[in-house]
Amino acid sequence: MRRAHLYLLAGSLTTLALALFLYKHFIFGFPLAPEARTDVWRVEVRLQFEAQGGPAKAEMFIPVRTGPLIVVDQSFVSPGYGITTEPQPEEGVRAVYSIRNATGLQTLYYRAVIQPESLIDQESRDIAPKISPPELEGPRLAATQAVVEAAKRQSADAATLAAIIVKGLKGARPESEESFLLGPQPSNRRLVAVAVDLLQFAGVPARVVNGVALAPERRSAQLTHWIEYHTEHRWRTLYTVDSRGSETGQQYLPWWRGSAPFIALSGGREPVHTITTSRSYEYALRTALNRQRELEKKLVEFSLFGLPLQAQLLFRTVLVVPAGILLLVILRNVVGIKTFGTFMPVLIALAFRQTGLLWGLVFVTVVVAAGLAVRFYLERLKLLLVPRLATVVIVVIMLLALLTVLSFRLGFERGLSIGLFPIVILTMTIERMTVVWEERGAAEAIQQAAGSIAVGAVCFLIMNFPLVEHLFFVFPELLLVVLAATLLLGRYSGYRLTELYRFRVLAR
Amino acid sequence: MKNWFDISARLRRNGVLGINGRNASYTLPYNRRDRYPLVDDKVLTKQLAAQAGVAVPELYGIIEIQREVRGLPDLLARHHDFVVKPARGSQGDGIIVVTGRSRSLYRVADGSVLDEEELVFHVSNILSGIFSLGGQTDKALIEYRVNFDPVFEAITHRGVPDIRIIVFLGVPVMAMVRLPTRLSGGKANLHQGAIGAGIDVASGKTLTAVWGTSIVTEHPDTGNPVSGVSIPRWDTLLELGARSYELTGLGYQGIDIVLDRDKGPLILELNARPGLAIQMANRAGLRSRLEKVEQHRASLGSIAERVAFAKEHFAAGRG
Repeated sequence: MRRAHLYLLAGSLTTLALALFLYKHFIFGFPLAPEARTDVWRVEVRLQFEAQGGPAKAEMFIPVRTGPLIVVDQSFVSPGYGITTEPQPEEGVRAVYSIRNATGLQTLYYRAVIQPESLIDQESRDIAPKISPPELEGPRLAATQAVVEAAKRQSADAATLAAIIVKGLKGARPESEESFLLGPQPSNRRLVAVAVDLLQFAGVPARVVNGVALAPERRSAQLTHWIEYHTEHRWRTLYTVDSRGSETGQQYLPWWRGSAPFIALSGGREPVHTITTSRSYEYALRTALNRQRELEKKLVEFSLFGLPLQAQLLFRTVLVVPAGILLLVILRNVVGIKTFGTFMPVLIALAFRQTGLLWGLVFVTVVVAAGLAVRFYLERLKLLLVPRLATVVIVVIMLLALLTVLSFRLGFERGLSIGLFPIVILTMTIERMTVVWEERGAAEAIQQAAGSIAVGAVCFLIMNFPLVEHLFFVFPELLLVVLAATLLLGRYSGYRLTELYRFRVLAR
Repeated sequence: MKNWFDISARLRRNGVLGINGRNASYTLPYNRRDRYPLVDDKVLTKQLAAQAGVAVPELYGIIEIQREVRGLPDLLARHHDFVVKPARGSQGDGIIVVTGRSRSLYRVADGSVLDEEELVFHVSNILSGIFSLGGQTDKALIEYRVNFDPVFEAITHRGVPDIRIIVFLGVPVMAMVRLPTRLSGGKANLHQGAIGAGIDVASGKTLTAVWGTSIVTEHPDTGNPVSGVSIPRWDTLLELGARSYELTGLGYQGIDIVLDRDKGPLILELNARPGLAIQMANRAGLRSRLEKVEQHRASLGSIAERVAFAKEHFAAGRG
């Protein structure tokens, strides 16, 4: 009766989960494997300046939605500052950081998550801008006229005209009209500005675009500049720096337009900004998510994809925990490995996700071994349990801090994340281990500790498997299958693998 | 892999019970949760046994709160030898057997010596719960140290041997005597290295023994053969075992009895999750015996009937 009930429950959970899973895969088109990925870029600007005491205001352009890249998430970190964003017509959007009273070094952050938009709107048309031809006179006017006339003769339309103008400017010979316009040792910025003037003069609406080239893990990205010109109801982009741009897949993030400075500061001096770009992979679910009809859209909104990116990342970790727990149940009840604490290995595995397996193993071993040494020393002092546990917690935390500093000094960035280790769990493990050590001997204690860490490592390998992470995040209903399997294991009454060894003398 | 399946099939054929099987088929269905405290707390067990007129080692005192620890030396002053144990300890952890004293020092069964401060610290540790099952705070019991019956003298290294009987629905189904060794430090605990000699339920004679996971025929320290020793007053022990069912109401339990030279059999403790090594001590599977009891459940009424049933069906060599 009990069994029938259990089988029925497990069966219906599995059926429900598989039905949802198949529906989402075949009807919604959710991918089964994480291979379909697109780039997601994280861009961070750090602005530092010396405040002069009194009110301070920093204005900084922030990226806007233009072309194929969109800002999906952004945040401002600036203790004590008020923040407003002001759209600047023709230029972009400005973030204004303001404060009544500031002294000393100020550090402001702006962070954005940028994603390519899969569906580019082909229908909409940009409104034709007004042309404001540059006011020129004397030799500049003559030179400009000469260059534009020559370019016009060689070109068929706006696109070829722009290309020829840029080509001419880049290959300007000394004493030519082009080099006269550019001036001595022209920067790319100067080149872009001159090209835009020339295009405007020729009757093609054009503007200067300021932005950054997106590169994986670039600590200090430089602002760069390129040209946009308007033709056939659309803005077109022309890069002047790297002609290989489109071939190498180099992507440029437009930040703001025109010649206004990136940062305008009042009430402070010596502004210094650093732009950092980094790349992370995001599953290309957006395509699937974008395709939905109204009802399905609602379903998606109420799924994990409706959450902010930060929360999604968190759930990516949380949802693999049941996979680790199922494995733990199997290892304990079917294989029969002894571990300290029921779920300690899963917590260890979670910590390994931050540190990486190898370093995680090293850190756990060092912390437990050192903690054990301290605990044995404390034994002499005859402390009561709770103060003794507290002492070990404090020592464990100091050890973690020391290890972090040491590993950082030695150049291992991985060490920085061991702060996330389950400190209290480790302490209880150390305490339990000393009791086992004293009562049943070192062999048993070390065996159990090794068992715990080994189980943690195996859990980590499962939990860190990209396919597992992907499946549980995209199809959380699969947790019902895990639940069903765990329920069934709850009635597993066969031998444990280790018992086959233990009772082997009875297998006559 | 094939070998494993083979072993598994043979174990099943021999009726060997595994931990999962014990929990799923016996302790979970037959042991009511609300009865567990009766056996998990040795103070309660003692009270229960005393009410039912079953002999237990005399209780010298209980230390329940940290403040009382200071009174410990006064309490101990009246006794030459005694045992300190946690009320909720598991698998014999935290038990100290004091066999005597020289001036202010206590001599311990494993041959070591403790001073007063160390003993007080041990009691403090017991109270804070480091030996208890769930880690909750605990009580420390000071009780009579058993002067064990010389019957096991030749096959014991220090310490007190005890007799474990598995009782299922009031029927003693399997028994062993646990004999301390040098390795176990005088403790009668198989996990700690003691050996367990099976007992023929029908005759009360010892069989071969288990040491770790292997079968031994001699005591590892004394070298004397462990089999063929007749347990004195075996029928009384079987009756004690059968009676423990009415005492606790637990369908599946282990009862630990010591034989005292002067006071006869004393119940040391009861266990709601008795270990499975007893099967190796008897070289017989528990499951087949338990199933037999389940089959005849209806016809098993009085204690005498249950003991007779056990002696008839659970003789050594009959599975």
